[in-house]
Amino acid sequence: MTTKDWLLDESPTSRMQANAGRAYRMGLAMLGNPLAMLGAAIVLVLVLAAAFAPWIAPESPVGQNLQARLLPPSWDHWMGTDELGRDIFSRVVYGARITLMIVALVALISAPLGLIIGAISGYFGGWTDKILMGLTDVFLSMPKLILALAFVAALGPGIENAIIAIAITAWPAYARIARAETLTFRNAEFISATRLLGASHTRVILSHVLPLCTSSMIVRVTLDMAGIILTAAGLGFLGLGAQPPLPEWGAMISRGRTFILDQWWVATMPGIAIIVVSLGFCFLGDGLRDVLDPKQGGKS
Amino acid sequence: MGGHMSAITLKNLDISYGTTKIVHDVNIEVAEGESFALVGESGSGKSTVLKAIAGLAPDWTGEVSVLGKPCLHKPDRRFAETCQMVFQDPYGSLHPRKAVDMVLREPLRVHGIGNRDARIAEMLNAVGLDQRFRFRFPHQLSGGQRQRVAIARALMLEPKVMLLDEPTSALDVSVQAEILNLLKALRAEQNLTYLMVTHSLPVVSFMCDRLAVMNKGRVVEIAQAKQLHTGDFAHAYTRELYAASGAEIDTEDTL
Repeated sequence: MTTKDWLLDESPTSRMQANAGRAYRMGLAMLGNPLAMLGAAIVLVLVLAAAFAPWIAPESPVGQNLQARLLPPSWDHWMGTDELGRDIFSRVVYGARITLMIVALVALISAPLGLIIGAISGYFGGWTDKILMGLTDVFLSMPKLILALAFVAALGPGIENAIIAIAITAWPAYARIARAETLTFRNAEFISATRLLGASHTRVILSHVLPLCTSSMIVRVTLDMAGIILTAAGLGFLGLGAQPPLPEWGAMISRGRTFILDQWWVATMPGIAIIVVSLGFCFLGDGLRDVLDPKQGGKS
Repeated sequence: MGGHMSAITLKNLDISYGTTKIVHDVNIEVAEGESFALVGESGSGKSTVLKAIAGLAPDWTGEVSVLGKPCLHKPDRRFAETCQMVFQDPYGSLHPRKAVDMVLREPLRVHGIGNRDARIAEMLNAVGLDQRFRFRFPHQLSGGQRQRVAIARALMLEPKVMLLDEPTSALDVSVQAEILNLLKALRAEQNLTYLMVTHSLPVVSFMCDRLAVMNKGRVVEIAQAKQLHTGDFAHAYTRELYAASGAEIDTEDTL
């Protein structure tokens, strides 16, 4: 019996085999979706660039060389140099670390927070629901960037504060989704049956409600990554996110704005990086939706 | 009949959803080991009575007790060990992302019962499911197989009283007979008490000792299942119900 047969066995003999088989089927479905694979490849390149930045980047991201200011793209400097003679390619590669950190931390803070608040709200209903959703509505009703700006203004500029500010503005959308999802099955018989077995509310929420919300959450978070990157870049552009000399892409565009007519590459190169990575997350998110959320898939 | 202690006692039971009263003044005693049916049209409140006993319809007044212990207005750990419920829709009563093994493991986990693998394997045998179904997900099972899993889950805690909410009405006719036979055999083996909601008189005559007929939230008559052979009922509504399905009873009686 080959590994493939073992994975696709209709009657698995252990829990591990059943889970591995399910993951394998999802993997197969992903492989059949070229755009999703493109997105996954872009995200993989981002992760590799972040992990191996010191080996990939030819120069230091902060080392200045005033003799080589504002050089156009060439074999020596693939993306040219900026106003302080720093190699833009090196800075973009190191910038992947900052982007990945922002995206990962925002997702780690806001997704679980939104998921739990939404699940509790939808599961209990009544006053719990009214209070939690009222709070969510207050956050939702304010424009994301403005709210993030206000938080950064209050907490002071810097990458950590930018992350906290973006996370605070991102969770309400997840809470809404998790609540809507929970409402569809809160009265389902499998929830009643679990309650009848004597399981506590906490147990029902954690091990029966949350697993059903996570797949749509993963899809939504992946799709939102592009927005998170853009908000982070926007804060950087306004001078409220990462501070110089950190090679954050938004801050780099902001610095390059001064020379955009004569030295277009200074602002354009990090801009392309933002576009490509945002697109990558969008493609990946779309693909994941088709695989994880068959209800919505194929409508496009 | 034949029991000494009453397994389920309902006294002056009124049940409401919000401000609407659904069930009025129900008085039923089910003896230990008995199989009792609640019969009636859709909307007669028969499923609501089961839900009130289980704690899923918490808004009731009156007296409800199972094996002498008064029921609470919510599901309860101690109660779970004496009384379990099987739901109508086998497609809705299993978690779509949990394999059979996980479904049957959950009650053991909640109650901290050990020797789980052996108990699960044994229970699959008891409900007539092959071991190869153990790690399948609900979407890989047929309706009848799912209902067997739901019955197995309810029996995992070895309850003495089972509440059956139209356990076969969502299934194909051929599968219905299998599940009814299974329920009948399990009752005989484990000396279970059944309180079964159904709208099918042939099922009552096959499965049950006595029946209560409900109409518009009230019990209009409590009768012996044997009376289904003769159709000799006291209340006009029961005779009407009998006439509506009477022709089928003799043919399906042998199922």
